[in-house]
Amino acid sequence: MVEFTLPKNSRIRTGKTWPKPEGAKNVRKFQIYRWNPDDGENPRVDTYFLDMDKCGPMVLDALIKIKNEIDPTLTFRRSCREGICGSCAMNIDGANTLACIFGLDEVKGDTVKIYPLPHMPVVKDLIPDLTHFYAQHASIMPWLETKTNRPAKEWKQSIEDRKKLDGLYECVMCASCSTSCPSYWWNGDRYLGPAALLHAYRWIIDSRDEATGERLDELEDPFKLYRCHTIMNCAKTCPKGLNPAKAIAEIKKMMVERVA
Amino acid sequence: MADVNRGNRPLSPHLQVYRMPLPAITSILIRITGIACYGLAVLVVAWLLAAASSERAFDIVDGILTSFLGDLVMFGAAWALWYHMLGRLRHVIWDLGYAVEIPIAEKMSIAMLAGATVLALFTAIVV
Repeated sequence: MVEFTLPKNSRIRTGKTWPKPEGAKNVRKFQIYRWNPDDGENPRVDTYFLDMDKCGPMVLDALIKIKNEIDPTLTFRRSCREGICGSCAMNIDGANTLACIFGLDEVKGDTVKIYPLPHMPVVKDLIPDLTHFYAQHASIMPWLETKTNRPAKEWKQSIEDRKKLDGLYECVMCASCSTSCPSYWWNGDRYLGPAALLHAYRWIIDSRDEATGERLDELEDPFKLYRCHTIMNCAKTCPKGLNPAKAIAEIKKMMVERVA
Repeated sequence: MADVNRGNRPLSPHLQVYRMPLPAITSILIRITGIACYGLAVLVVAWLLAAASSERAFDIVDGILTSFLGDLVMFGAAWALWYHMLGRLRHVIWDLGYAVEIPIAEKMSIAMLAGATVLALFTAIVV
């Protein structure tokens, strides 16, 4: 359902301003969303200052520096620090991306604003609850479905057929795209969203998969697939440079072609 | 996900913090101009109804619609109509499977805004 404003318990207050580092010449301001499930208060935005001469180049470096040196209660997910695990997806400078591969020099303006992925229930600080997002991924059967007898060795695929998976298999399920999509904001309970649909297409066009018809049947639904209005925030924001909008357009085309 | 039970968890900010890219702005403008076109239809119907009922009624409605304010509204309506048409044309291109790429979507966004303005000016001059 479309709700432009935030619910009462989600409205953001001004938070604490933490002291500036002493003797630093190259200081940058960070505004970071905070919410603590234990204090019963509304979310707030805290302000931190970092000495950029002593900080690594990426947004994740800054977050870790704040957690290590200023405020150990700041909570966020991170793991691989090289854009392959998808853990540190968040809203940085007004767009969703991975903190580990987004450079501080890419942030426009002086203040670095960091929020959790948009329109998601917050577990704590920058950590969104991705339960529903993962359940939607599971619902598109993200595995190879076959009916013919298992071959003696592996399921083979030509080089050309394998090429069709390029631009799809690279997805790390960071949820940046789905949470950038206004359609997903308003109808995320029923609309599968760009990430799940990109994965759906990845299995639909896999030459080895034998459940293409069933997969398309499953998606033939006014909400699951057709809430995509080609707003294209997904493709614009994907930190891996993938194009979920294109994958969704291809699924829509297949829906028409199989009827014709 | 507003409808999913999440206990006392807050909803993270969305429209409040997201910097909308050009293709998203031109996308929602298609919806807005579409609704505006309903308003235009009401005005046109009012004009026709007035013309059908009496000369006096027509003079009143026609007077309103051709006043300076009326001209302004009609120019906006012409822009909305052209913009909506160009936007739908973009959807036709997309539905055929072409141009679903960010660089060309951004170019089409600019083309829609510029195109609607030029066509609306053309309409205003001709009509």
